[in-house]
Amino acid sequence: MEKSLLRKVSDHEWHIRPHGAMRVPGVILATEKLIGEMDHKVYEQVVNVASLPGIVRGSYAMPDAHWGYGFPIGGVAAFDPAEGGVISAGGVGYDVSCGVRTLLTGLDASEIEPIRRELADLLFKRIPAGVGSTGRIRLSEPEMDAMLAGGASWAVGRGYGSPEDLARIEERGRMEGADPEQVSAQARKRQRDEMGTLGSGNHYLELQRVTSVVLPEVAAAFGIGVGDLLISIHCGSRGLGHQIATEFVRQMAIEASRHAIRLPDRELACAPINSDLGRSYLGAMRAAINCALANRQILTHLTREAFAEILPQANLRLLYDVSHNTCKVEDHVVDGTRRRLYIHRKGATRAFGPGHPDLPAEFRTIGQPVLIGGTMGTASYILVGTKDGEELSFSSSCHGAGRNMSRKQAIHQWKGREVVDYLDARGITVRSPSMRGVAEEAPGAYKDVSEVVEAADRAGISRIVARVEPMIVVKG
Amino acid sequence: MSNPVYETFDHEADIGVRGIGPTKSSAFEQAALAMTSVIVEPEEVAPRFSIRIECEAPDDELLLVDWLNRLVYEMATRHALFGRFAVELSNHHLTAIAEGESVDRERHQPTVEVKGATYNELAVRQIGSGLWLAQCVVDV
Repeated sequence: MEKSLLRKVSDHEWHIRPHGAMRVPGVILATEKLIGEMDHKVYEQVVNVASLPGIVRGSYAMPDAHWGYGFPIGGVAAFDPAEGGVISAGGVGYDVSCGVRTLLTGLDASEIEPIRRELADLLFKRIPAGVGSTGRIRLSEPEMDAMLAGGASWAVGRGYGSPEDLARIEERGRMEGADPEQVSAQARKRQRDEMGTLGSGNHYLELQRVTSVVLPEVAAAFGIGVGDLLISIHCGSRGLGHQIATEFVRQMAIEASRHAIRLPDRELACAPINSDLGRSYLGAMRAAINCALANRQILTHLTREAFAEILPQANLRLLYDVSHNTCKVEDHVVDGTRRRLYIHRKGATRAFGPGHPDLPAEFRTIGQPVLIGGTMGTASYILVGTKDGEELSFSSSCHGAGRNMSRKQAIHQWKGREVVDYLDARGITVRSPSMRGVAEEAPGAYKDVSEVVEAADRAGISRIVARVEPMIVVKG
Repeated sequence: MSNPVYETFDHEADIGVRGIGPTKSSAFEQAALAMTSVIVEPEEVAPRFSIRIECEAPDDELLLVDWLNRLVYEMATRHALFGRFAVELSNHHLTAIAEGESVDRERHQPTVEVKGATYNELAVRQIGSGLWLAQCVVDV
């Protein structure tokens, strides 16, 4: 991105002055280096989002922002229904509520070293991953409705996990206001045998070793220390969420002119929050969030079952579960006034700071765990939300590394088998049904996640707590 | 007249699919092949069964996205891959036959699931020499 187009506010905050149809400034939270690496499309997309009706304060891009659909990936925008604000299916994205959950194990990472390959094989066998994989759960229509309304809370009620898990999930495991009636027969059919599946692409289940702790007090409150074994699961709402996005992006694109909304890009498809279509999408999207939360809960259960067989001394407890692609109703103070806003986070993590009432009691004075996935060869990070984030980014932070090489380039550069062997030699065991899939996700195809989280830390939108490195990776 | 071709093109996070052919319907067929090629080489997919697809949209571009999304839906719900397509178009109405087979994870080694066709880099247009282009980015 051309820096001359931006006004530097600080080393980590750059603004785009409102021009043309922009209603608010663009706000890019990143270092000069990261901005230099961002595609010009990110600039265009931040500008386009700033032109949408009812947008409040700014059109934001997180440090890992990259070229998305309509919204940049790493885009955050708040809308006020009282000012004609919109909800955008494109602004939430295709994998609704794609997210990361991290589990504590009570084990030292060294305990799995002798059985690393055996454990990898077992997890690969038990966690359905990749194209065409199916879960063992089949939902009847009434059960599907209950799942869409109940999320992880439904899953726990069916024996997948314990009630204590729910306190460690955003929305306490159940997104209020889901309307299963808005979920089409097609979306339901796509989900019929996909409950408890990981999916493919950048989705994974990882066993990780905590390699360093930056904020010891926060880490202690999170229950993590150097050498600990953690488990992270990255996946979303599977076929159901994808189908909902497909259907509503289409309908919103066609109906935009009826609502007198000028779309600079069809992918920005949106509808007024106070419209039948807006309400219908909101109900369906919330049901998809519940689907994602239920899915990660079932995957957690499968992981626990696998661990019980081979490492019965492990105690798998949730650290936290965060979602990346959402629109959520939140209260935020804007220019001294508390307002109820619809916050779109597209490839961005909610990062509530200390004192936020929605946090579980044990994190209320500390802030929310912010889980940032890296690549299968480098590192992931655990951060914590800040009070400053409220003002800087509507309590939002980055979500991952972002690619620096296309999938096409990656498969020309690497062979999947070579990537697996190279990582194995470095103590990282990878299991995947697709070697080409591994090549597309090769660590070298991604940006350095360390730079991204350091930028988020310096910008003040979240603070680095700990760094973790992968030991076992099950790739979809 | 040039032979129809398909290709993929770069997108920062995902991948673009492009079909080029002597007619609009041929470009639609090639775009579908390009989408299959994101998952598996189309020639690796045997024509063991066929399905019929019909869709309609307000314009050609939306129709392309609808066509590809119907294929995404059929692949997902049938656990199938498709490697041959015959498309007929008239007035933003599409009728097509897609031939394929069930996913064989060992043999096909499918790379990645396509979540949906998007409006990103979406175009259906004539590009000279009597050729048509149909393209968009698919989310994977």
